[in-house]
Amino acid sequence: MSRWRITGGRVIDPAAGVDRITDLYLADGLVVALDTAPDGFEAERELDVTGQVVCPGLVDLSACLREPGHEHKASIASEAAAAAASGVTTLCCPPDTDPVIDTPAVADLITHRAAGVGLVRVHPLGALTQGLGGERLSEMAALKAAGCAGVTNLLHPIRDTQLLRHALAYAATFDLTVFLHPDEPWLRASGCVHEGEVSARLGLTGIPAVAETIGVARDLALVAHTGVRAHFCRLSTAAAVRLVAAARAEGLPVTADVSAHQLHLTEIDVSDYDSLCHVLPPLRTQRDRDALRAAVADGTVDAICSDHQPHEAEAKLAPLAETEPGISALETLLPLALRLVDDGLLDLPTALARLTCGPAAVLGGTAGTLHPGRAADICIFAPDRPWQVDPARLRSRGRNTPFAGWEFAPRVTHTLLGGELVFRLDAPA
Amino acid sequence: MSAALQVDAAGRLRHFLDVEGLKRQQLVEIMDTAESFAGVADRSVKKVPLLRGMTVVNLFFEPSTRTRTTFELAAKRLSADVLNLNVSTSATTKGESLLDTLRNLEAMHADMFVVRHAASGAAHFVARHAAPHVGVINAGDGCHAHPTQAMLDMFTIRRVKGEFTPLTVAIVGDILHSRVARSQIHALNTLGVRSVRVIAPKTLLPPRVEQLGVEVHHDIAAGVRDADVIITLRLQRERMDGRLLPSKHEYFQRYGLTEAALASARADAIVMHPGPINRGVELDSGTADGPRSVILQQVTHGIAIRMAVISMVMASHTGAAAS
Repeated sequence: MSRWRITGGRVIDPAAGVDRITDLYLADGLVVALDTAPDGFEAERELDVTGQVVCPGLVDLSACLREPGHEHKASIASEAAAAAASGVTTLCCPPDTDPVIDTPAVADLITHRAAGVGLVRVHPLGALTQGLGGERLSEMAALKAAGCAGVTNLLHPIRDTQLLRHALAYAATFDLTVFLHPDEPWLRASGCVHEGEVSARLGLTGIPAVAETIGVARDLALVAHTGVRAHFCRLSTAAAVRLVAAARAEGLPVTADVSAHQLHLTEIDVSDYDSLCHVLPPLRTQRDRDALRAAVADGTVDAICSDHQPHEAEAKLAPLAETEPGISALETLLPLALRLVDDGLLDLPTALARLTCGPAAVLGGTAGTLHPGRAADICIFAPDRPWQVDPARLRSRGRNTPFAGWEFAPRVTHTLLGGELVFRLDAPA
Repeated sequence: MSAALQVDAAGRLRHFLDVEGLKRQQLVEIMDTAESFAGVADRSVKKVPLLRGMTVVNLFFEPSTRTRTTFELAAKRLSADVLNLNVSTSATTKGESLLDTLRNLEAMHADMFVVRHAASGAAHFVARHAAPHVGVINAGDGCHAHPTQAMLDMFTIRRVKGEFTPLTVAIVGDILHSRVARSQIHALNTLGVRSVRVIAPKTLLPPRVEQLGVEVHHDIAAGVRDADVIITLRLQRERMDGRLLPSKHEYFQRYGLTEAALASARADAIVMHPGPINRGVELDSGTADGPRSVILQQVTHGIAIRMAVISMVMASHTGAAAS
C-alpha cells in the first residue's frame, strides 16, 4: 500500500470539526496526518485536488446488492462499482436476499464476495426474524458473530406485538442495534402511494401517514421497555419526526435516517402514474418533505441514506401498483444531499456529517472520519462540475431512477478505500 | 395530468383515457358526435362504413358484460373488425406480462385497444407503451377512471335537461372505489354544473374528496335536496363484508334511493345508475323502474358515445374525418 499526499483540497471532516484547505497524508491504508507530513514521510503518490473537496468516504445505511438470489437485478460486483463511483466506502446491505440473511452462512457469503470485489466495505444487516417471516426469532447472536451490523425485519410485518417485544429484548441481550422500519401493516395493506389528494385523484390505494405514526409510537414504547438500541429507518412523515425528536429529548437511545429521495420528491411526482416514483414508504406531502429537511438540518435525523434498490427494467414496466418499489439511488446520494446546501437549509460540513460520521455512529465502528489512525476511506468531489443524470450511463445495473435529466453540480472524482484508489472519474486511457 | 398523453398538438383525441384534463369544448364535441351516431341504430342497416378494414381489440383484464358488449356493437356499427380478448382467463394467468400481451397484439396489426384492467393507471400505461399508430380507449382502470361511462351519463343528462349550468347533481354511494364517480365529477365540473354533491358514509369517501370539486354530504335527504340529477353507484359485493359497512340492510336504510328519500329532490329530478343494479341495496325497484329513471336510456346511449369516441380517436391516427 502506497504513501499518498493529497494536496490543495478543502478537507472537511465533520467528526473532527475540520474544514480548511490543507494536505492529507496516507500510509499503509490509514490516514496518518493532516496539514504537515509526519517526520520522514516520503510520498510515493501525489494527488493535487486544488478546488475540490476531500471528505471521509460516505457511509450508506441501506443499499441492496441483490446477491444472492436476485442476480437478474444486480450483483455485488456491479453495485460495489456503483458505490465506489458514488464516493461510498461503507454500506449496509439489507437482509431481503434469497435466501434471507438469517444465518451466518449467508452473511459470510456476502462479506466474502464483497471482500473479493474490494471496492466498498459491506456490512450485512441480519434478519430480526427467521426468513423475515415475523414469527420466530433469528439466531441473532450468530449473525452478530458473522459480522452483521444490526438486525432488521425491514417492512416485513411482525403482527404479534409480544414477538416484537421479545425480538427487541433478545437483540438487546447481545448489544445489537435494531433497525426499525416503522409501519402498521393493517393500515399499509396493499397501498402503494401516500394516501391523500393524489391517491384520491388517481384511484390508487393509499398508505396513510398514520400507519407510520402508529409504528413509531409503538416501537418507541417497546424500545423504552426493552432498553434496546434502535435506529429508525426511512422516516417519511412530519409526525414520525416529531415523535423521534421527543423521544431523543427524553434520552432514549434512538437514531434515525431518511432516504435522499424523500428530501426532494413528493406525492405530486407520482401524478402521472410514474412507476419510477413507486417507493416504500411512499413519497409524502410537501409539508412532510419540509419537516424531513428540517430534521436533517437540526440533527433529529442522523443520516441520509440512498435506500438503493436496483431493478431490471421489467420490474417497473406495469401499471404502478403492480410494479416493484424502489430507486437505483447510489449515484444520486451525494448530489441530492448537497442540494440541501444550495437550498440554504444547512452548511456543507453539516450535510457531509449526515453522510459520514452520522451514519457511522449508528454502526458504531471507526468509519466516517479522517482522524489520523483511521482507515484511509476518502471521497473527493468537485463541487462545481455539472453533469446530468442519464440512466443509461449509471454504473449500477439498475437504471430505475426518477432523477433522469436532473442537473447536478457536485461530482465525485476520486474514491479511496483503505488507501487504494477504487474510483477515478477521469481514468487515464 | 393525462392531457399531454391523450390529446395531440391540434387538440384531437389521440387516446381517450380520462375526462380529467379535457376541455369543455372537447367533451361537447364527443357528445355532438354521439348525437350524429344516435340515429344509426334506427336504420335498417345499422352500420356506417367509417372504420372498414380497421381492427379494434377489446382487451378486458376484468370481467364485464355491458361495457364490452356496447364497445363491440359500437365498433361493429362503424364497420371495424373486432377481437374480444378476456385476458383475465388467458395470458396473465400464464405469467405473461401486460407489455408482452400488447406487443403480441400489435404484431397482429391491431389499430385500437379498448382496455379494462383492475389496476388504476393501466390504460395510461398501455397508451404510453403502445405503438404510435395505435389508439387506446380506457374502458375502466381500477378505481381511477371510466371516461366513456361518464360521457354517456353526460349525454343522457344533456338529452333530458338540455343545459348543464343550472344543474345540481348528487352522486350517492361508494365514491372511494368508484372509477365512474371520479370521471363523472370531472366531467360535470368541466361542463360547468352549478354544484356536484357526493353522499356517502365516511368509510366510502376518499381522503380530501372535496378537492375534486364536490360538496360532501352524509345524509341522503340533505344531499338530494333540490337536486336535478341523482346518480346512484353500484356497491360491490366485497364492500358489504362488514369492514366498510355493517350490512347492506343498514346501507339501504341510510343511503338507498327510495321515493321517500327523493321527496326533497326537484319534482323533475332524474335518477341514474351505471348498472348492474343491486335492487334493494342502492335503490328500490319502484325507483329503478319508475318515471324518474333514465337507467335504460343510459345503456342505449352507451353505444352512440362509444362510436363517437372510437371514431374520434381513430380519426386522429388516420387523418380521416370523424363523422
